[in-house]
Amino acid sequence: MKPTHLNINPNFSDPDTFYAALTNIHRDLDREQSERVNARLVLLLANHIGDLGTLEEALSIASELSND
Amino acid sequence: MQQTYTNPIYDYVRSDDQDAEARQHHPVIIVGAGPCGLAAGIDLALQGTPSVIIDDNNTVSVGSRAICFSKRTLEVMDRYGCADRMVKKGITWKRGKVFFQNELTYDFDLLPETDHKLPAFINLQQYYFEEYLVDRIADMEGVDLRWENKVIEIDNQETVTHITVATPEGNYTISCDYLLVADGANSNIRTQLGLESKGQVFQDRFLIADVVMKANFPTERWFWFDPPFHRNQSALLHRQADNVWRIDLQLGWDADPEEEKKEHNIRPRLEAMLGKDVEFDLEWASVYTFQCRKMDNFVHGRVIFMGDAAHQVSPFGARGANGGIQSVENLAWKLSRILRNEALPSLLQTYNTERQEGATENITNSTRATDFITPKNRISRIFRDETLRLAKKNPFARTLVNSGRLSTPCIYQSSPLNTSDDAHFQGKLTVGAAAHDAPAQINGHDDWLLKQLGNCFVAMINVDLIDQPSLQLELQALKEINDLRILLVSSQLEPTDLNETYNERCHWVFDTKGLIVERYDLQPGNAYLFRPDQIISARWKHFTAAAINKAKKKALGFTLESAA
Repeated sequence: MKPTHLNINPNFSDPDTFYAALTNIHRDLDREQSERVNARLVLLLANHIGDLGTLEEALSIASELSND
Repeated sequence: MQQTYTNPIYDYVRSDDQDAEARQHHPVIIVGAGPCGLAAGIDLALQGTPSVIIDDNNTVSVGSRAICFSKRTLEVMDRYGCADRMVKKGITWKRGKVFFQNELTYDFDLLPETDHKLPAFINLQQYYFEEYLVDRIADMEGVDLRWENKVIEIDNQETVTHITVATPEGNYTISCDYLLVADGANSNIRTQLGLESKGQVFQDRFLIADVVMKANFPTERWFWFDPPFHRNQSALLHRQADNVWRIDLQLGWDADPEEEKKEHNIRPRLEAMLGKDVEFDLEWASVYTFQCRKMDNFVHGRVIFMGDAAHQVSPFGARGANGGIQSVENLAWKLSRILRNEALPSLLQTYNTERQEGATENITNSTRATDFITPKNRISRIFRDETLRLAKKNPFARTLVNSGRLSTPCIYQSSPLNTSDDAHFQGKLTVGAAAHDAPAQINGHDDWLLKQLGNCFVAMINVDLIDQPSLQLELQALKEINDLRILLVSSQLEPTDLNETYNERCHWVFDTKGLIVERYDLQPGNAYLFRPDQIISARWKHFTAAAINKAKKKALGFTLESAA
């Protein structure tokens, strides 16, 4: 098995505040605006991670829609 | 409608082959006098192999078609003796702007590395590119270029190919050891042999127009995503020679190509883009559907495919003609040495493997650009548009904006012709990469490193420790190796009292700015071996003549599995 770089263990400095902020930015948006915000968020965070291997792990876990 | 350029007409000339009693035989026949066919004739001649080029037309490209030629292509052209004229006529550019909807998103500078002879890119109409190659052929021995000659029948046998050629004065048949096929994307020869080029057609249409403008737009590549003058589509404006501007307008899959080609339909689109007040004349226009496809094998016995006939890409990234020229330079030296019995025919298979890698890279890049320009579904469009919006203030997003990744030479990193490094080298270069240029002084004159490479193998050695007797012995041994030129690189001027280690096979290269040492990490006693196509095939921190000879044999394919 190849070594995991994506951190799937707790890493938030303040998980509840982040979650509240995440849902809060969508509160007054319609569906299309929300899609745009999510796209921007993905792009910003993906660049912050940068490493392709780590991003591919995230893409892989994210796309397992029925395996949870 | 074309006003800035008049196509030269090349007369049909009766060949001696048509009057010969017996069927005449040639080592190489090339079908197609486009950029790749013409380049192949010149390259083969420079390596001592004569060829016949057959073309069914009597002029160069009608309309501009390819416009953007990369540094690597220009370096190959410099080896052919054609680059100076191309650079002089062409438009050297390095800046560009990307627009999204109503706004400028960002501008860029290619920031090419300084101290190279040739620029990163020039824009030059394909007809000039071809015309200069035709002129070069007229000046050299060994290329028999036959206009208004059309291949109508092909009989490819195991070691010989016969072709029947139609001319205005009737048919004749000739034969060859190797047939090079460069007759374009819709290759007749490929069809006649029942072979396929496989890939995808993009469900989109593009209007490509060349216009002459009096207005002075800057010499920059301008690319618009979803501009107000052409909603939901893309547009490109780029300058060529003679004040001709290339305009690409995405039309969508539903556009009617016959209608869109008509001037009265083109004009309003261009007026919307350029502004009502801008005067322009339409030079040439066509509507295209783009394809990315290639053949599974470019080598079929002794029939070898090149250029668009072998591999075709969409134009974003300028990888069509540039990729084609890289295929030509890869093939010419190999074929010449096979014909001279200095390499085994199996070396030809590495033309296929190395250029399959190049073609795959080009297809991947141009497919990604096409997918960015034409998003495949709603969410892709959202990601595309948000990438463009973020790009205005967030530099990271500019790395994702893809209106074409401009052509760079393929690095044949896994080629079986490479010899692995004996120790670590600093810097960007690797075996399998094309040589990088640097200033140098040869015989007291300012010159360039790349001018010293090519057409034969070249060993480049830093001889700043030349006094060592062991190094002298190695140099003596190197001179015994056939098809090898030796460059003695030094941080010192050429000694006036150079002894017998120096003769016509050795050339003193004064590293004027220290950039050869820097770019190649070529420390005293280090050595590089370049193939005749200027690709690095091996390098050593501690070289011996025997190691160089062994690496040269490997580059000639003598250790390939099928060569055993």
